[in-house]
Amino acid sequence: MSSRERILGRVRRALADVTPDERPYAEAVPRDYLREHGARTTEQTVELLAGNLADYRAIVHRSDAEELPYLVMRLLNQHGSQEVLVPPGLPPEWMSAADPVRIHDRAVSTAQRLDQVDSVVTGCAVAIAETGTIVLDGSPDQGRRRISLIPDHHICVVRVPDQVVSSVPQALERLDPARPLTWISGPSATSDIELDRVEGVHGPRTLEVVLLS
Amino acid sequence: MSGTFVGMPAFPKAAHDALGNATLRGNLRHATHTIRAKRARAVAELDDWAALREAGRRIKDHTLRHLDRYLVQLEESVTAAGGTVHWAADADEANRIVAELVKATGESEVVKVKSMATQEIGLNEALLEEGIHAYETDLAELIVQLGEDRPSHILVPAIHRNRREIRDIFRSQMGEWGRPAPEDLTDAPAELAEAARLHLREKFLRARVGISGANFMVAETGTLVVVESEGNGRMCLTLPETLISVVGIEKIVPTWRDLEVFLQTLPRSSTAERMNPYTSMWTGTTDGDGPRTFHLVLLDNGRTDTLADQVGRQALRCIRCSACLNVCPVYERAGGHAYGSVYPGPIGAILSPQLRGTASEIDASLPYASSLCGACYEVCPVAIDIPEVLVHLRERVVEGGPAVRQGNKVMLRPAKGHAAERAAMRAARWAFTRPAALRSGQRLASRTRRLHPRTLPGPGRAWSGTRDLPAVPAEPFRDWWQRTRGGKDGTK
Ligand code: SF4
Repeated sequence: MSSRERILGRVRRALADVTPDERPYAEAVPRDYLREHGARTTEQTVELLAGNLADYRAIVHRSDAEELPYLVMRLLNQHGSQEVLVPPGLPPEWMSAADPVRIHDRAVSTAQRLDQVDSVVTGCAVAIAETGTIVLDGSPDQGRRRISLIPDHHICVVRVPDQVVSSVPQALERLDPARPLTWISGPSATSDIELDRVEGVHGPRTLEVVLLS
Repeated sequence: MSGTFVGMPAFPKAAHDALGNATLRGNLRHATHTIRAKRARAVAELDDWAALREAGRRIKDHTLRHLDRYLVQLEESVTAAGGTVHWAADADEANRIVAELVKATGESEVVKVKSMATQEIGLNEALLEEGIHAYETDLAELIVQLGEDRPSHILVPAIHRNRREIRDIFRSQMGEWGRPAPEDLTDAPAELAEAARLHLREKFLRARVGISGANFMVAETGTLVVVESEGNGRMCLTLPETLISVVGIEKIVPTWRDLEVFLQTLPRSSTAERMNPYTSMWTGTTDGDGPRTFHLVLLDNGRTDTLADQVGRQALRCIRCSACLNVCPVYERAGGHAYGSVYPGPIGAILSPQLRGTASEIDASLPYASSLCGACYEVCPVAIDIPEVLVHLRERVVEGGPAVRQGNKVMLRPAKGHAAERAAMRAARWAFTRPAALRSGQRLASRTRRLHPRTLPGPGRAWSGTRDLPAVPAEPFRDWWQRTRGGKDGTK
């Protein structure tokens, strides 16, 4: 007997006392919880996102389309970046004023090569106000998962209000599980040493979020 | 469960030793009280917490009730997405599967992201026997691994180490494993984290095989979810060419939508955050992004035996948030090591004796490592009635009776007159007769209520609408308790 059959057999025997519940799944689990917490205007939801991002030590900026290239330029300069990673589908105008050398991510770029790059600029798939979370789904303006992981400085542009939702349930509705997803809430952190929160262990130690309207 | 910690002294002995360790006690007290207060604030932010908790409980119960169906569905969806599914009935088989998969890649090093399941099966040790080095990459796990130590908390495994000890371990050990710690390393947490970052980055960048567990597996889509803080998980999940995930069969949720419940309750219950810094979700493999090969090893190792126990099966709802540890007065004083398993605290006290059986002294004594105050049940985000299961397992230890071991029905002998009984009795005395401090915060009403399992409004009852709780007489336990305490207790 294969282990598969053995385990499935054990499960079935273990459940011998249980009457199967033939209701459709939607009925079997009551979902009395809220779709979002509190009532807010769109503007208030964006405010909440900004507040929660900042609460977890992301640096939040606001910008419009015209000003964005200059903001990106400034942020890269302030970080002292020589090289910046750019996913294949990033709108070129976002980078039009930036000075650092643009490194276009290619499948052949090794992890060691990516480790030499100072910064990365990406878009995002959705941002969650209640938790201060941005979600990347590997779309062309976000690129492979590793490019937002290895560089120490991540600039993430969120289109507001279109990409902003209030809550986790609303975010999941918008996301496609077939894509590789990375949920990011503030820079990487650890509390493993006497429970002191230290920002930045392996992921980017500086996360800057630009709310683009 | 493998004998990861065989030879462990039974709970009361280990707890007694821990009590004598002032560093451990100070750290634990500080840590558990800090997280406890933060968690309460994070939970209070959501005014639908009770509804989320109830939904979480129902989702998990529904899944367990149809676990065969969902396992098959998960296998189909993971396979369709490009992954390969393996089934492991016990620890040895899981270790063998993983070792063979690693060997097939020709590698002798793997990077690992913290996973309870791989600790439970003793994977690192098993791989080492095959000449494969597994590097732990979670900061706390690194501290534990470098210090040749054992984890003591689910979430903060090095909670028993203070910063000075950590600095000393880094200074003396990092060089043995790879990039050494800087000469002038101080004990500032930021510097220690930086040393770990540099030490581990070298390993991430060259790693070709990653090993992980998972917090959730979605049957409908084949998606796996890993919730973490440091980014080492992302490194292990995305940089290597081969990813092997070892996951307990109870980690399934039926649908994508179910994540909306647990991604709200888990971070707030565990790290007391609105959301943890990083959550990774992947479905099979993706062209050009992340590992090209993905293996999922589905682990039984005592879980189906646990599922066969009508009262104890609720322990399989656990999402390993560790909230129950942080509120437990016994854990706070005894420390994680006293539980003799990778699962410490209240959840360990009900899970280990079920996964491993109650034959050993440590496992027989675990159900007594509690004062039944009920705080664990109240904070549990999937409403596991831990006191109810504890009482049930005490009955089992004392009375013996039918159980399932490795899929076979067995008749357990009563512990009466055996070493196990003495160990259990000492644990009970330890927990029940601590000075008032241990009992502070207990609500007497709930304590006595929980001594009568049949009167419990516990979630076990709702498991099946058509089934009554098994008739567990309250008498024998109390009789036994009074008899043994009356006869042997000389401490009071
Ligand atoms: S038993 Fe409940 S509170 Fe304890 S770790 Fe599991 S889910 Fe968390």
